[in-house]
Amino acid sequence: MTMLSERQQLSYIAAQAADARLNVELETEGMTLNIGPQHPATHGTLRIIARLDGEQVIWAEPSAGYMHRGYEKLTEVRTFPQVTALINRIDWLGSFANEVPFILAAEQLMEIEAPPRAQHIRTILFELSRIANVSLFLGDLGVQMGAVTPVFMAFRDREYVLNLIEGATGGRFHPNFDRIGGLKDDLPKGWLDETRQVMKKLRNFCDEIEDLLFGNEIFQSRTRGIGVIPADVARQYGLSGANLRASGVDWDLRRDQKLPLAYDKVDFRVWTHPDGDSWARCWIRLQEVREATKIVDQLIETLPPGPVMTKVPRIIKVPEGEAWVSTENPLGEMGYYVVSKGGLGPFRVKIRSASFNNISITPWVLKGVYVPDIITILASLYFILGDIDR
Amino acid sequence: MMNLALEIPYWGQSLLRVLGGIGAVLLPAGTIVYLFLFKMMSFMQSRLGPMEAGPFGSMQLLAEVGKWLQKEDIIPENADAKIYKIAPIIVLVSTFLLVVVVPFGPDAVFTNFSAGVFYALAIGSVSVIGILVAGWSSANKYSLLGGLRAAGQLIAYELPMVLAVVGVVIQAGSMNLQDIVVAQNSGSIFGWDGVGFPFVLTQFVGFLIFMIAVQAELTQVPFDMPIAESELVSGYMTEYSGFRFLIFFIGEFATAGVFAFIASVLFLGGWGIPFSWFGWESLDAVDNWMNIVGPIIMLTKMLVLTGIIMWVRFSYPRFREDQLQRFAWKVLIPLSLANIAVTAILKVAI
Repeated sequence: MTMLSERQQLSYIAAQAADARLNVELETEGMTLNIGPQHPATHGTLRIIARLDGEQVIWAEPSAGYMHRGYEKLTEVRTFPQVTALINRIDWLGSFANEVPFILAAEQLMEIEAPPRAQHIRTILFELSRIANVSLFLGDLGVQMGAVTPVFMAFRDREYVLNLIEGATGGRFHPNFDRIGGLKDDLPKGWLDETRQVMKKLRNFCDEIEDLLFGNEIFQSRTRGIGVIPADVARQYGLSGANLRASGVDWDLRRDQKLPLAYDKVDFRVWTHPDGDSWARCWIRLQEVREATKIVDQLIETLPPGPVMTKVPRIIKVPEGEAWVSTENPLGEMGYYVVSKGGLGPFRVKIRSASFNNISITPWVLKGVYVPDIITILASLYFILGDIDR
Repeated sequence: MMNLALEIPYWGQSLLRVLGGIGAVLLPAGTIVYLFLFKMMSFMQSRLGPMEAGPFGSMQLLAEVGKWLQKEDIIPENADAKIYKIAPIIVLVSTFLLVVVVPFGPDAVFTNFSAGVFYALAIGSVSVIGILVAGWSSANKYSLLGGLRAAGQLIAYELPMVLAVVGVVIQAGSMNLQDIVVAQNSGSIFGWDGVGFPFVLTQFVGFLIFMIAVQAELTQVPFDMPIAESELVSGYMTEYSGFRFLIFFIGEFATAGVFAFIASVLFLGGWGIPFSWFGWESLDAVDNWMNIVGPIIMLTKMLVLTGIIMWVRFSYPRFREDQLQRFAWKVLIPLSLANIAVTAILKVAI
């Protein structure tokens, strides 16, 4: 090292001091950005508080609770048959799927089981509501990234599914069709043929979306390697459904648990993806719509004859006890912990909804991403506000 | 051949120019909005679009303008009111200044000066100032992010645009837009002068870069980061309402039209038809009726180009800010520099 003269040393120190002062003056202050509660990307009233450094997120936290619903409390002052009308508003895009686990829990407590035909139709409607839900996600994905056209295609083809649900149940969004011990009605005439055709249309829709959106280079560059969630982190945060499977965890309640539904009679594949990024989450959901159409097709072929309702008392009283039933809903695992004291209504219902757990990972996954990626990551995590603030 | 300019008194010429300028900015804007934003977008998305106002909804734009004019002109409490008010006007004025150099016919020009290309590219970036101050003065974080993104993006894409045009300037040997039109229409391809010599044939790389840069300059998808309605609500326009929003809206589509005019002048032969068809030798020999037919030809070419711009807009998702910058600096600028080098070498060699 060369020796510096005193003069040089002094100027060096002065320069360093000037540098330090400059650095202090240039030190930038972060900006807190409130995304929501009223924001186009949160499709509902989710608030994300993000602390930004430029366009980079250094800290983010979701803040739920702007919807004020309190369904868990409301169920306590309803009778058992009345509860389904409430809870199918939790995940409003796949309403029928919300009713099933609650009804199954009540049936478990009463120790009855729906007849095989009712189980089949339940499963068909369950998968139809999955299609209605996830196909909208596939369209919405484009909107979140600035492509406006796919969402209209999604709405166009989702309409067919909603028509099917309406034809079978009488309600497009809120069927309220599931009953303790079976279903309200049998399927109408000609419904099965129509369903077959619609399933074909939806497979075409999936191909179209894959072509238009998933094959797009910009879409790929916006999603690949963005928002990576490793398998162990996904497990720790309690993710479920497609978000968990996209991280490479092979976990699907349809296949893994034994419930009085018709999933054991069909052959379907549970897709997983090793990457765990936004792309994987979107891709898994696309495959899930395809699998759902296949499940519906198979169930239509093997629909058994018979009644759709078992004998249940006119006034339903559920015996004392506790039951936990969860199913693989469009958004992930949805479960009901039902406590009955032998009265007309439940004593306490704890609802485990998928989106609430799925968005709990946002502080972890949003750290260090850019503002535009907040939107794509949130879109790919796919939450429904009703499912968060139930 | 009589020069039309000599027959009309000076005040008449000025009046024609003012009316023509307003027409040349607002007519494309209205046409683009109705034809592409309302109708083409709807047909692409399996819906009909506006159908009630006028035949096939053609009066919808007037209805929308009426709606916007009725709305309250909201100025946020913390906004820098003066600048906030001026910002949309800066954007629109830059569009009017841009159309000034575009030739629509042999005599149908607003002004005819030799550094036309240079002027157009310089004035084209004035709108950045409007957008930046709009974002800053709104006192809104989304607006600020949008404004800053716009500034970064528009400056980044200004450069490939300028460099793409240099190829045309080298080939035409002039920076005057009128001369560029004449050069294309009086030229010939290996001695065959049936279609003139539109520069898009040799400068297709430049044309491509120019159109991409225009897409970015207009902040249309896939380069609409400054507006990004799903993340920044509406970017720098978030706080604007009523007629100030209307001015931004008109400015956006009018600029699209004017840039398409410039692109058609630079690459597609502008207002001209191949001079050999009627045996015209030079600009002075061109018949007077071209002053009427020229604008119609320009309008057609403008609609084709904006049709492509809008088509891309309706079918693509958007880039992220850093990807967009990387695309400009790492792909477009080297490509346009190579284009200039090749053009210059061939120009000297042939």
